[in-house]
Amino acid sequence: MIPPMLRGIEFNVDMIFVTAKAWILSLLAQFLPAWLLVLASIVISGVVILCLGPVIMMYLTLLERKLLGRIQNRYGPNRVGKWGLLQPIADGIKMFTKEDIVPANADKIVHLLAPIVIVVPALMVFLVVPFGERMTAVNLNIGLLFFIAVSSITILPIFMGSWASRNKYSLLGGMRTAAQMISYEIPMTLAVVPAIMMSQSLSTNTIVLSQVGDYDLHWYIFTPWGIVGFIVFFLCATAECNRPPFDLPEAESELVAGFHTEYSGMKFALFYMAEYMNAFTLCAIAATLFLGGWQGPFLPSWLWFFGKTFLLICVMIWFRGTFPRFRVDHLMGFAWKFLLPLTLLNILLTALWQFTSNLAAWFWSILILGISLWTLVKLNRTFVPEKRHYPMGN
Amino acid sequence: MDLKNTENASTLEINFGPQHPSTHGVFRMIVQLEGEKVCGLKPIFGYLHRNHEQIAENLPYAAIMPYTDRLDYVNALTNNFGYALTVEKLAGLEVPERAEFIRVIMAELARIVNHIAVIGFMLNDLGAFFTPLLYAFRERERILDLFETITGSRLMCNFFRFGGVKRDLTKENLATIQQIVDKFPAFLKEFEALLSQNEILCMRCQNVGILSAADATNAGITGPVLRASGVNYDIRKVDHYSIYDRFDFKIPLGEKGDVYDRYYVRILEIRESLKILDQALARIPQGEIINKKAIPFLKMPRNFKPPVGEAYGRVEAPKGELGYYIVSDGTPQPWRYHVRAPSLINLTALEAMCLGQKVADAVIILGSIDIVLGETDR
Amino acid sequence: MTVFGWGVFKGMMVTLKNFLTSYYRKPDEGGIFTVQYPEEREKKIENFRNFPFLVYDETPGKIRCVACGICERECPTKCIHIEMELDATGKPARKPAVFDIDYGLCMNCGMCEEVCPFDSIFMDHVFEITAPERQTGLVRHKDALLKANEYFQKIRPTLASVIDQKRKAAEEKKKAAAAPQPVPPPSTGGPTQGAV
Repeated sequence: MIPPMLRGIEFNVDMIFVTAKAWILSLLAQFLPAWLLVLASIVISGVVILCLGPVIMMYLTLLERKLLGRIQNRYGPNRVGKWGLLQPIADGIKMFTKEDIVPANADKIVHLLAPIVIVVPALMVFLVVPFGERMTAVNLNIGLLFFIAVSSITILPIFMGSWASRNKYSLLGGMRTAAQMISYEIPMTLAVVPAIMMSQSLSTNTIVLSQVGDYDLHWYIFTPWGIVGFIVFFLCATAECNRPPFDLPEAESELVAGFHTEYSGMKFALFYMAEYMNAFTLCAIAATLFLGGWQGPFLPSWLWFFGKTFLLICVMIWFRGTFPRFRVDHLMGFAWKFLLPLTLLNILLTALWQFTSNLAAWFWSILILGISLWTLVKLNRTFVPEKRHYPMGN
Repeated sequence: MDLKNTENASTLEINFGPQHPSTHGVFRMIVQLEGEKVCGLKPIFGYLHRNHEQIAENLPYAAIMPYTDRLDYVNALTNNFGYALTVEKLAGLEVPERAEFIRVIMAELARIVNHIAVIGFMLNDLGAFFTPLLYAFRERERILDLFETITGSRLMCNFFRFGGVKRDLTKENLATIQQIVDKFPAFLKEFEALLSQNEILCMRCQNVGILSAADATNAGITGPVLRASGVNYDIRKVDHYSIYDRFDFKIPLGEKGDVYDRYYVRILEIRESLKILDQALARIPQGEIINKKAIPFLKMPRNFKPPVGEAYGRVEAPKGELGYYIVSDGTPQPWRYHVRAPSLINLTALEAMCLGQKVADAVIILGSIDIVLGETDR
Repeated sequence: MTVFGWGVFKGMMVTLKNFLTSYYRKPDEGGIFTVQYPEEREKKIENFRNFPFLVYDETPGKIRCVACGICERECPTKCIHIEMELDATGKPARKPAVFDIDYGLCMNCGMCEEVCPFDSIFMDHVFEITAPERQTGLVRHKDALLKANEYFQKIRPTLASVIDQKRKAAEEKKKAAAAPQPVPPPSTGGPTQGAV
């Protein structure tokens, strides 16, 4: 595949971040005791994540605006810096300089805490994301459980924010958001179970390694349960980040304003940041679980990882540009009546796959999937468009 | 339309203020909610009242024409058409044939302009973050550029005169219109692929805001809202005004009367307008563009004194029946001038349609009735 | 196709197609049609009517307007104010001393252009007009409104050529009528025809 001369170079480029960190640690080892070196290692990882997270978020906002613009046949921002590259910095300056308004009757402490508490899990999740071949910040052997548990914390500060605003419309919006996020947690977690079953481990690194195979055909997405699981996980991830088409709670053109109405300036910037970082990490985990993580020929592993995540984020932005919004009862119905039975069925398919992984398994999987989808669609009449007939008068 | 007395503590009263991103102008609704369901709705308008009728009663007839543009500012030419028709009825003026063809072409282009804008805005209210709106407006821009070339202004056209039109259409203009008509079906096909079978759209719009045919007829609703409820009533076919009886076109009717039907009936009406435009462009004759008797009044509008009497003229505006009622007393100014605005009359059905629906649907039902505040408040 | 989710998929394909074609299609075929103002401007359309202006032939002294006041009377919003210039003996001199148009009131309807019998007021194309405050800043006086016939020919060539030909024909007729002839007819016709 790769000629031996290039293999060395490719390996070096692949390991560039790992070697950089090892070099810094070796510099520090000269005058630090061993236990402080461990702390320094953690601090370096932490600092990298703290810098990486917001920068990713900033350029995600720019990417979203440019892509949406191109979908809508217009340029995105292109005045601030070439191609609008300095636009996020301008946005950041704007957010910093806005006045921080706290409603008169608001609960001041909770009002202050809510944006802080929402950013913390968004950043913590970065720890278990495998960015490259040996580049998971903390290689927990229960990484996936950590991810799901910590990302569920996000529901709490949303409710805190809406409660602290002392505004009945924000409260309604916040309650809707909380209901939506809780409902979509369950299919998301169940969609992840097949990947765990097949790779026999909860650690994200192991899950990626168990997708290693010849010519990358062992990625989980190339299996029937993988496709279903990936689609369900991706839809639930979109709903978890409150992104369109699941963004009723924060829609401006609806009646009830969202939970972050009463926030301005830096606090609003923190909510905004948390939403985009959540989107990034959920896409990253989707890529890890189903698309083979950092695997790929020729290019360094971290480049593959960022490429796949970037592709999934583009699909999320594509959703935003295309679809109208769900209504609240449709949202709930979709999660409970359609996605949940589908995920349970998916687990059955995975079990089938584990015992017979060849053509017969494909045949049986497709048969079962076809029958169950047909049944689910028939049971969920409201989701299916009716055929209409338009007579023409004279 | 008074709201119920809110003794029940679980009723929430919410004000959709005059400034709201999706109320199509300065329109206010007071909505009473029980949980998610609407149990009372009261529309309040009048924030854009500009005294149009009062101003018109102090101006000579020709000077009112620019003001009628500003009634339904989305499609200005239809308002001009209605006013010119009424005054010609009052004064007994005939319109030459080429001018009639030009009028029909302009009116149908205005219909397309309006329906495209309405569909785009309705989809925007649904949350499809501006994409269908911008696609629709891309096509609309072509027609507005054409209006600018012919009449001088994109929206406030001021093009019709009593007894004809102001300026002739050149060969380039006719070629441009033909080009627009030829390219439009491709855009409609793309638009339909984007949205008409979209599951999310159908979920949100089907069986929402149903208006029965009996309710619609009793309330005096006209236009696409009435036709979507199944009533076959189009003033172009009923009154045979201008030369519409020479064209072959059908009237799309809906069956259920919900938001989806109103949206789809408008798309079908655009197709019928394209058919009329094709036929008109093929058959337009050479000739004068204004009645010879009316030419002196172009330079001296103060000499135009229609005989004493009254006239009511109506046209099929894209929003409904646009009617003008003028009473003349022999002086150059009308003695009484009244505009029957379709948006105002169509609004009376809003409460009936919204009761029992969820809050998020109130916005899209309002969008599907298609009101414009310039007309409602005059 | 009646597969559940097909409508959604078709919608996404349309958006994808628009995204890709926005990179290489030309503006009027479905590409990006944004005009990057102020570096680029839209192409000029001849019949565009914005605020009015007055035409003079050759020098600003030879203004075509005779201050008849018809446009002032016919303006629906009453934004024109004219005062006739009086010559030394107090007789009207058929020229405006004051000609004010309040751009804040003008609604660009073009009625003044239609009713003027002397082809002296026409609608301009200039739209980048600003003023520090509304009441007095937007009122344009005579010297700001006067523009040369060459300017008029540049912005509205077809209309200007029609008007020029008409005026030349009227001039010829006047010269022919004023020249000494064998049987001088009683000339009742004035220099202006006032035709439509």
